[in-house]
Amino acid sequence: MELLGNQILAGVATGAIYACMALAVVMIFQAIDQLNFAQGEMAMLSTFVGWQLMQWGVPYWGAFALTLLLSFAGGVAIERLLFKPLADAPILTHVAGFIALLAILNSVAGQTWDFTIKQFPTPFGWSPFLGSKLISTHQAGMIGVTLVLLALLYGFFQFTRIGLAMRAAASMPESARLVGINTSWMVALGWGMASAIGAIAGMLIAPVVFLEPNMMGGVLIYGFAAAVLGGLSSPLGAVVGGFLVGVFENLAGTYIPGVGNELKLPIALALIVTVLVLRPHGLFGRAVVKRV
Amino acid sequence: MISIQTLRCAVLSTALIALTATAALAQKKYDTGASDAEIRIGNILPYSGPASAYGVIGRIEAAYFKMLNEQGGINGRKINFISYDDGYSPAKAVEQARKLVESDEVLFIAGALGTPSNSAIQKYMNARKVPQLFAASGATKFGDYKTFPWTMGWQPAYQSEGRIYAAHLLREKPDAKIAVLYQNDDFGKDLLKGLKDGLGDNAAMIVAEDSYEVAEPSIDSHIVKLKSSGADALVSITTPKFAAQALKKAAELDWKPTYFQSNVASSVGGVLKPAGFAIAQGVLSANYAKDGADAQWDDDAGMKNFYGFLAKYAPDANRADGAVVYGYGHAQTVAQVLKQAGDNLTRDNIMKQAANLKDFAPDTLLPGITINTSASDFHPIEQLQMMRFEGETWQLFGPIVTAEIGG
Repeated sequence: MELLGNQILAGVATGAIYACMALAVVMIFQAIDQLNFAQGEMAMLSTFVGWQLMQWGVPYWGAFALTLLLSFAGGVAIERLLFKPLADAPILTHVAGFIALLAILNSVAGQTWDFTIKQFPTPFGWSPFLGSKLISTHQAGMIGVTLVLLALLYGFFQFTRIGLAMRAAASMPESARLVGINTSWMVALGWGMASAIGAIAGMLIAPVVFLEPNMMGGVLIYGFAAAVLGGLSSPLGAVVGGFLVGVFENLAGTYIPGVGNELKLPIALALIVTVLVLRPHGLFGRAVVKRV
Repeated sequence: MISIQTLRCAVLSTALIALTATAALAQKKYDTGASDAEIRIGNILPYSGPASAYGVIGRIEAAYFKMLNEQGGINGRKINFISYDDGYSPAKAVEQARKLVESDEVLFIAGALGTPSNSAIQKYMNARKVPQLFAASGATKFGDYKTFPWTMGWQPAYQSEGRIYAAHLLREKPDAKIAVLYQNDDFGKDLLKGLKDGLGDNAAMIVAEDSYEVAEPSIDSHIVKLKSSGADALVSITTPKFAAQALKKAAELDWKPTYFQSNVASSVGGVLKPAGFAIAQGVLSANYAKDGADAQWDDDAGMKNFYGFLAKYAPDANRADGAVVYGYGHAQTVAQVLKQAGDNLTRDNIMKQAANLKDFAPDTLLPGITINTSASDFHPIEQLQMMRFEGETWQLFGPIVTAEIGG
């Protein structure tokens, strides 16, 4: 029984990692209606930027804020330089672009900061949270930040004009243009925001998994799984999905005989496929209805 | 049917070749890849991809040979070190090995990295009878001189390391309940086998085994599971990132087993510092090389050579990175083989000299550890010393242990 409780708590803690990343995935999906495979590497690069700033003596929160700004600008720049020229290209071209970006960012980070792991500080500390040895204050803090981020995103999309405009630009670009929304800049804004959220995710994840150029590879796959499970159009779904994937993965690895550790990663992939087949819009997403 | 004329022609040319060869024998002998002016050495490393952290080995080796060339080369010949990227993909390693052998015409390949890549090229190299020297992997199978006489490893085999931990446990903590965390690949399984072989009849001391995949973002849940087994010793057969995660998680759970950390992830700067010195106190490991970031070697003659080399030829290199130390010692061993080979630069003689290293001590190996090989011993480094992490450095203790692998 103790093992069960421990594995669930450990799952929630890892789930927070996935939830954070899934939020960034949902953000970009809201803006461009596609999954960005380079999302993880962008977050990793942002985290390195934050790390570098701290090495130069900038205090944590200063570096944090500066990293968010730089990441936002970087996201917008990537969209303007790389993907705006491809706006009318078929989806496969975009996918190729994402993968190229992934490889480029990974190598650039490796070249600049080498591949040894680096410690990334946490503002929350590592003491046990509420007396539980299984969740540290950092992980609790991470869950907290994820929830705050979720509330902010929800408010942004539901209650601000610009949020509404962005949703319109993603789901019905043509109609949006007709009512006077600058859809092109909405996409750029989406990239910037996704990149900034990724930066937050990266800076929260790095203290746990250690900072190095490949740190987001596995995380992004689980982030995708979480976002798909929760519904790609729903920030709430992404967060819930993140925690579910984290817990499910641990329990399956511990209790289902034959799954063990070797099949832990495939579980995430199987989850993606299963959800896409049975409930393509996820647990919380809106079903897409197309008029034919 | 062969006409008389063709036959005569063949006999004549054979005689001619034999004549030239005999004339050369008196002084110098060359195979493809060697000449009066240069020796071409091939190398394959993951400069890109998941294991690209090891790419720095190639840059250090290239820098080392550049230094030798500036000092006049080896026996008057310049080294032409040709290094290609395989992205840690076995298929690509085969492609690069072919390119090196057939197109670049290297004398031999030295220091291809990784168990998968070396396994992939092993058959080809042996079929072509081109030396696959000092494979950068601790897999025990690269010392199998009977089946693969053209392949030789370099660092201690992982099985040797496992045996040393087993011996330490049997001696110091015979009633231990052991938990093992291992990477699910050749490296992890090889070391685990050594541990089990070393424990012998006491293998039941292992109460829990758990493996992880390198693609997993975080291995926290494995540590939770192993702790719940009630073990009081943990053997962490892990690579750097996961080693640091495991140390940190065990500390967070307030689990304080007798902790063994596999050598590949024992770097102070690369693992223990990021994990946190406070939680790494008392961790045990075994080593054969000096740590480039450890101040205790500042006055060591060998390490002074090493630091001098870094300052001049690789100023960007991070001396805390174990791969940098590795590249230097490895290149030095290759150079030693070439020195011994003298003017007889045939592939056959390269293998012969590689299997004839006697008490050779590269600058970066621990005092007392030397490289010895013979026609029936293709494991160059077979000695290790136990060490314990105290303060901010590894403290070596106990004797230098030789762990030869039976069979």
